[in-house]
Amino acid sequence: MNTPNSYRTGPDIDGHFGSYGGRFVAETLMPLVLELEQAYETAKADPAFHEELNGLLKHYVGRASPLYFAERLTAHLGGPKIYLKREDLNHTGAHKINNCLGQVLLARRMGKTRIIAETGAGMHGVAAATVAARFGFPCVVYMGEVDVERQKANVFRMRLLGAEVRAVKSGSRTLKDAMNEAMRDWVANVKDTFYMIGTAAGPHPYPAMVRDFQSVIGIETRAQIQEREGRLPDLVTACVGGGSNAIGMFHPFLDDTDVEIHGVEAAGKGTDTPYHAATLSKGEPGVLHGQRSYLLQDADGQVLEAHSISAGLDYPGVGPEHSWLRDTGRVKYFSATDKEAVDAFMALSKLEGIIPALESSHAIAHVMRVAKQMEKDKLIVACLSGRGDKDANTVAAVLGEKI
Amino acid sequence: MSRIAARFEELKKTNRAAFIPFITAGDPSGDVTAQMLEKLPAAGADLIELGVPFSDPMADGPAIQAASQRALKGGMTLTKVLDLVRRFRKSDAKTPIVLMGYYNPIHKYGTALFAKDAVEAGIDGLITVDLPPEEDDVLRLPAASHGLDIVRLATPTTNDERLKTILNGAGGFLYYVSITGVTGTKSFEEDNVHAAVARLQGATGLPCAVGFGIKTPERAAAVAKFADAAVVGSAIVDRIASGAGVDATIAYCKELAEAVHGARV
Repeated sequence: MNTPNSYRTGPDIDGHFGSYGGRFVAETLMPLVLELEQAYETAKADPAFHEELNGLLKHYVGRASPLYFAERLTAHLGGPKIYLKREDLNHTGAHKINNCLGQVLLARRMGKTRIIAETGAGMHGVAAATVAARFGFPCVVYMGEVDVERQKANVFRMRLLGAEVRAVKSGSRTLKDAMNEAMRDWVANVKDTFYMIGTAAGPHPYPAMVRDFQSVIGIETRAQIQEREGRLPDLVTACVGGGSNAIGMFHPFLDDTDVEIHGVEAAGKGTDTPYHAATLSKGEPGVLHGQRSYLLQDADGQVLEAHSISAGLDYPGVGPEHSWLRDTGRVKYFSATDKEAVDAFMALSKLEGIIPALESSHAIAHVMRVAKQMEKDKLIVACLSGRGDKDANTVAAVLGEKI
Repeated sequence: MSRIAARFEELKKTNRAAFIPFITAGDPSGDVTAQMLEKLPAAGADLIELGVPFSDPMADGPAIQAASQRALKGGMTLTKVLDLVRRFRKSDAKTPIVLMGYYNPIHKYGTALFAKDAVEAGIDGLITVDLPPEEDDVLRLPAASHGLDIVRLATPTTNDERLKTILNGAGGFLYYVSITGVTGTKSFEEDNVHAAVARLQGATGLPCAVGFGIKTPERAAAVAKFADAAVVGSAIVDRIASGAGVDATIAYCKELAEAVHGARV
């Protein structure tokens, strides 16, 4: 593949990143995604939209989030300086709110009166329910039955916020099935409903739009690290499920060719077993949920169930821009197992007094591996995409403790 | 002339609408589907829509989702769907078969190879639910070179401008989705559907079929008064699911066919 002049110009007008992305939805939804694209383009060019969004990000979310020097983790690993971008300190405890605020403002501009969302770990569901409450929209969140069970605290939070959580019993009863069900709802409620997708995936314009809303992560990081260290980092890393925190962190660095970029997928019980969610390492290009991208599938094109201890990474697809970045080689993708993630979860808790989300723990696990091979004068930034309180039950079960 | 065009031509001469039953291939087994296919033409099916099971049927309601699951559990694959059609063609050379399904199995098979193999197996048209006109060149161009029709869908959300996009490259017939919703859920408003079909018929020379939400012989007959074809899916699939057996399901299809064929008398 030829090296592009810039890695930051995509997608093209039809929503393609190379051969990935696009709009693969039922005809009923085509006019809606075209209308959404139009509305987003108009909003993007409107200074008042950005002014309102930036005001909310500052006063409601608490941005800018800190770039924190993890001194004890750095000393423990004995390698490069490690910085953590603290998205866990955002209102609602994860990066998801950045995107939800952007989308709710758009929903209001479009005159929609009802919000639907899908969720895996429940962090996007909580963020969607939060902005729906803040702007007075009724909100329905689709969540796989399996995830409802393993993320009870988040289900309760969503209900407290006034959202209706619908447990999805079809298919594997996880994130992909929740997304199927949300799309079925959308097809049935085309006039009044805004579908708030939680990751940088789905039909165009979602992958680009969600990336734009999440790019605040990378834009802040770029300025903060220059202020702290007077230069850009040598390595930027983030976990990748659908890939929204990762693309938000990576995108502003894509044309800084001296900055190495690593995405970290969930290897579950190991990429040599069937129980993983390492789409970019083990999948092949396919079409699901409105986009062409890497996909875990069998020889007949049926979608396989993913596995990860982290509900937020338990998804057989990935955002299309990641697929393109993988093929171009600009971003390298690795994976971390359930066990490595839990070890990193424990390590960060004990060394830094920060309990990371199991999703983010995959990025920390990768940092713990690569730091040992890097020189001390190097700089690493990892995106700490969310806080880990929600994962207490899951980790306690792994440790054989009752809480 | 293609089998689809020939069949609609015939029906036009006798002023009848087409009855198009939908069944999911492999539900609950390949054998049952083979028996259904063999018996449907004599029961009055003018065309047959054969569903290709998919793990994530986003446009389908509970009935067809469950049918897909049963079929996949029974080991149905796209390759085996082609085998079922080959077997059907040994006994029937005239009844058009249209596959309805999702894009990923075809994408995985390889679009050019699939177009060739589908025609060789005796398939006449493809309805690929999640492959809109903007993305379907990769399938439509090889399909055209093999004489396979790409059947496009119009919906209650289709405005005049969108309709132009849909009709550009549409083949076989135009499929009007009568409701905003997934298969087998809502019921359509007859007046709205009548007006919508009239608009479509004014915009294209292709026959216009109506589907999604036709649950009874009466509703099928109502549609058959003005539309060129009535598609019934979930109501038939429900009978298969209830364990009614091939003969009882075929008897129900016969009822539907008679309602459709007698609608304009």
